[in-house]
Amino acid sequence: MLTYTIRRLVTLIPVLFGMILIVFSLIHAIPGNPAKVILGQQATKEAVAALSKDLGLDKPIHIQFIDYIKQLLHGDLGESIRTKAPISEEIWPYLAATIELSIVAMIIAIVIGVNAGIISAWFQNSWFDYIAMLLALIGVSMPIFWLGLMEQYTFAIHWDLLPTTGRDNIRDPVEAITHLYLLDTLLQGRFDQFIEVIKHLILPGFALGTIPMAIIARITRSSMLEVMRSDYIRTARAKGLGSFWVVYKHSLKNALIPVITVIGLQTGLLLGGAILTETIFGWPGIGSYIYEAIQNRDYPVIQSGILVIASIFVLINLVVDLLYAAIDPRIKYR
Amino acid sequence: MAELATNTPPSSPEVTPENEKVISPWKEAWKTFRKNKIALFGLGIVVFFILLAIFADSIAPYEMNGQKLADKHLAPSSEHWFGTDDFGRDILTRVIYGARISLWVGFVSVSGSIIIGSLLGIVAGYYGRWIDGIISRIFDILLAFPSILLAIAVVAILGPSLQNALIAIAIINVPTFGRLIRSRVLSVKEEEYITAARAIGMSDMRILFHHVLPNSMAPIIVQGSLAIATAIIEAAALGFLGLGAQAPTPEWGKMLADSKDFLTDAPWTLFFPGLAIMLTVLGFNLIGDGLRDALDPRMKN
Repeated sequence: MLTYTIRRLVTLIPVLFGMILIVFSLIHAIPGNPAKVILGQQATKEAVAALSKDLGLDKPIHIQFIDYIKQLLHGDLGESIRTKAPISEEIWPYLAATIELSIVAMIIAIVIGVNAGIISAWFQNSWFDYIAMLLALIGVSMPIFWLGLMEQYTFAIHWDLLPTTGRDNIRDPVEAITHLYLLDTLLQGRFDQFIEVIKHLILPGFALGTIPMAIIARITRSSMLEVMRSDYIRTARAKGLGSFWVVYKHSLKNALIPVITVIGLQTGLLLGGAILTETIFGWPGIGSYIYEAIQNRDYPVIQSGILVIASIFVLINLVVDLLYAAIDPRIKYR
Repeated sequence: MAELATNTPPSSPEVTPENEKVISPWKEAWKTFRKNKIALFGLGIVVFFILLAIFADSIAPYEMNGQKLADKHLAPSSEHWFGTDDFGRDILTRVIYGARISLWVGFVSVSGSIIIGSLLGIVAGYYGRWIDGIISRIFDILLAFPSILLAIAVVAILGPSLQNALIAIAIINVPTFGRLIRSRVLSVKEEEYITAARAIGMSDMRILFHHVLPNSMAPIIVQGSLAIATAIIEAAALGFLGLGAQAPTPEWGKMLADSKDFLTDAPWTLFFPGLAIMLTVLGFNLIGDGLRDALDPRMKN
């Protein structure tokens, strides 16, 4: 396991390096003078020159790249052009909002997806199986930004059950400690606010969780079907073990191996989907942060936002791979 | 297995090349695909939208950008089946023209990814060593970004337009096809008939294009139809974020973005373009699933 972990970590180095290179080139790939593009056509020569200097664009490119890596190693993500604040300080509230939303979305996706998959497999070709798999097919094909809008219309506008935007009640805002509002409200013992935060999480959580839910349901079903046909399950049944026991104790553990991979992969993809969900639900997460930065041509924020999400994505994939190897010892020897 | 046996020509000694009936694997796959009702349903959806796209000029009841401010935000009626938008434009008409854009983006961007991905994959798989090392690392790096984020990054550089969105989507799909072809090349390379081809002095190029590539067609086609589905959603997502098609292009994602402020007053302006995206994507996904079952029996469950 240790050698596998080390080997896996070593393969990360070129990937991280390449990622930084791509993110670094973002600003240099802008046609023309980046500083001029950022400031717009009316900018004075002096302003353009000053910004070029601030961004270090006046130095030779390889020096700039080395400086950029040094800067990143110090945990410095640069400065936002719009707010002038250091991004590494500014980014956490946004990141926390995205993390909270993603965790809730993933919990919804896993709980419903895995169980729907198990029931579908167990009652294969039943009406439940057909409806669940039809819904899963539609779910996989769902443009989540549209789903989000339809959710808003149905549950917030038509029935007025849930709030449409934001993370908390604007008239009674949550006092941030960690910026993970579910945790903050509990720490402060504000259960009324906790409920309010949950209400705000439901619609975006379901929108963001739909695609992973559908994919998890399909994978769980096919994986369960495969395991249930295997010899050792037949033996377990022949020994007289009850159905429930066979499903949850014997089949599930083996059937979950591919499911875990998919869950990990989907958690990473969720971060990409967050940008769409967040813009619809006015969720002040990192997706909104990047989206606003794009509107304002705030390139340092775009760069750092993308780098942070991509790093988390890579990290999640690493954890999934290691988990996978831990569950299935055969992987290590490949 | 039983039906396969009946289709195989009897291998009696009197069979001559002239009367021997060869069933190609493609025909075999089509027979399997035809029996898959869900896949056929998907094919139906896609054909429907392709027909809409081709005959948009004659089907569409109104002019694509015909504004009539007096008819702003009319609810669906017999005159305007899908209602009208904030400029009084007929939504049905725009949804029909939108099919052209989405299908075009889907087909062109995925074709681009297949061509570039195949070339890189073949080179990496066939020549191996350091070339493989470099190309595979590039694929790893591109796959290290959530795809929509990479597309956003590319568009942030190139500037927002439908064409740039298409390029971005093509780029993000390259590693998928590249890896696929690479692994096919690696396994085909070990086959005996390749050794034989090399022994009789066939050139690398000829081996690659006459043996390796045709043997990789099946997974490319499966992956291709699934990739078109993703490409259409991603193009719509970029359009929705204002990074793809620009006004007044009737791109479905852009239509959603333009109408999202009218959710309370005119929900039909948002319902139909999104439904069109969902159905088209569903169609390609169903075809992809069906093709996988038909072309790659190992994946069947």
